[in-house]
Amino acid sequence: MPADFTRADVERIARLARIELTEHEKDQLTPQLSSFLAYAEQVQQVATSGVPPTSHALAAAGTWRRDEPQPCLPRADALAQAPDADLEHGLFKVPRVLG
Amino acid sequence: MPLDSACEIAGAIRAGRTSAADVCRAALDRIATSDPTIGAFLTVAAEPALARAAALDADRDAWPALPLLGVPVALKDNLCTRGLRTTAASRILEHYVPPYDATVVERLTAAGAVVIGKTNCDEFAMGSSTENSAFRVTRNPWAHDRTPGGSSGGSAAAVASGMVPLALGSDTGGSIRQPAALCGVVGVKPTYGRVSRYGLLAFASSLDQIGPFARTVADAALACEVLAGPDARDATCMTAPAEGFRSALTGEIRGVRIGVPRSLLADGVDRDVLAAFDRAIEALAGLGATIADIALPHSAHAIPVYYLICTAEASANLARYDGVRYGFRAPAAALGEMYDRTRDQGFGPEVKRRILLGTYVLSAGYYDAYYLKAQQVRTLIKRDYDAALSSVDLVAMPTSPTPAFRLGERTDDPLQMYLADVFTVAANLTGMPAISVPCGKTGGGLPCGLQLTARPLEEALMFRVADAFEKEVRT
Repeated sequence: MPADFTRADVERIARLARIELTEHEKDQLTPQLSSFLAYAEQVQQVATSGVPPTSHALAAAGTWRRDEPQPCLPRADALAQAPDADLEHGLFKVPRVLG
Repeated sequence: MPLDSACEIAGAIRAGRTSAADVCRAALDRIATSDPTIGAFLTVAAEPALARAAALDADRDAWPALPLLGVPVALKDNLCTRGLRTTAASRILEHYVPPYDATVVERLTAAGAVVIGKTNCDEFAMGSSTENSAFRVTRNPWAHDRTPGGSSGGSAAAVASGMVPLALGSDTGGSIRQPAALCGVVGVKPTYGRVSRYGLLAFASSLDQIGPFARTVADAALACEVLAGPDARDATCMTAPAEGFRSALTGEIRGVRIGVPRSLLADGVDRDVLAAFDRAIEALAGLGATIADIALPHSAHAIPVYYLICTAEASANLARYDGVRYGFRAPAAALGEMYDRTRDQGFGPEVKRRILLGTYVLSAGYYDAYYLKAQQVRTLIKRDYDAALSSVDLVAMPTSPTPAFRLGERTDDPLQMYLADVFTVAANLTGMPAISVPCGKTGGGLPCGLQLTARPLEEALMFRVADAFEKEVRT
């Protein structure tokens, strides 16, 4: 698979990750990611038939609490760090969405 | 010499031999003298710290309940501090001021600690040398042309150079233990879920854990007593209550069984590091521990497994930095462009590399081959440790295969940088607690670290052995 890893893959995943890359960055990232994936090929060689995946190492970590309303971050505090906000109406502001 | 230990500082204030204000001023003076060279801090909170110290001095009635009375602490800059800039060493959060404190910050403060400032790290904790910080270089206090390790390099350097006796870091694949080893201090990654992560800027959520740096094992044990315990705001935090870890420090380790995975140490370990490790094992045997060879066959794959999993999780966690609710926003005429440019200009090269790698391994057609496969091998790595820890009580290894490396030495080769974590990532993949304790120096005078890994929730045993070892090698 890594042998097939190309600049087009970098462009495809950059679109998925919503990162605009410069041509220079694509030049650098293509061999860097390809070389990691070649290194990671060793994992494919491990026999894992019937082995369940581990998503969290310890089942004991993970607790439930009652779903009860509690005080939360005040709206003004939540908006205070926004690059652009309408404090009066309680809105985050963004550039136009549709062309 | 540097400030006294945290235990001694709290005791001296309580006995009236010094004041929290004097201790705070001494720490700030030392930062003013040393930090222009070392570069441990991104933000120093001098005025709030002095005000807080004065308030502690005035409130004598509260003292008996404050185990960290007047102890200056530094916090890795990926821990949220209300009203105090928190950047994760990233341009994308350069001016971010959190509206709340992380649970660990609340707990330290409630125990009487004084927050002195925020420390440098690799951007979003991604790196092993602190060189991925967007803002400054941190130098190893033992050799200024070398890195302090990473990603929590600022916290390690701040403690090693005597600016503070205690600091917090986060450890996703070794980011507390490796810089602790390279800077000659104690570093602890508690059991996964021992310490609340509410208010930690998330990197890889199945691996991240917060823990302390200290100059003594006793201080690290005290810090873990304060930090551990359930938190309703973090659903991944265990319900296990905090324990009195300091009472476990009896100095008695006769009969403790320590496993050494010799075959893992056969290649790629610096000769002086291995010699220091062997001397440490002899010292442990001299204290009455039983040493046994153990096999951890799947640990040979720990690095690729770790990087496949942590990048996948990072690609999801860092999706939140989109220029809408907080942080940097790049100018753009339309929303999509705004996202794309914000994330290109806001993130540094290593963060982008990991987001892209993680996006790839989770993408359609590659998920099974990379991500699912890595999670299956993670199971095998964990089974190896479970099997080994049924016949021994602790696993011992060098914390890092090399001593501190030179600044710039590995920055052009991401894969080489990843190999720094070869002995540390397993504790994150398995959730087990691990400590790095200083174990001598190389011929060139660079510190080495001994790593001890314990069964989940058996920090007390880990601290007991590390403390006995520390006292043995100090005398």
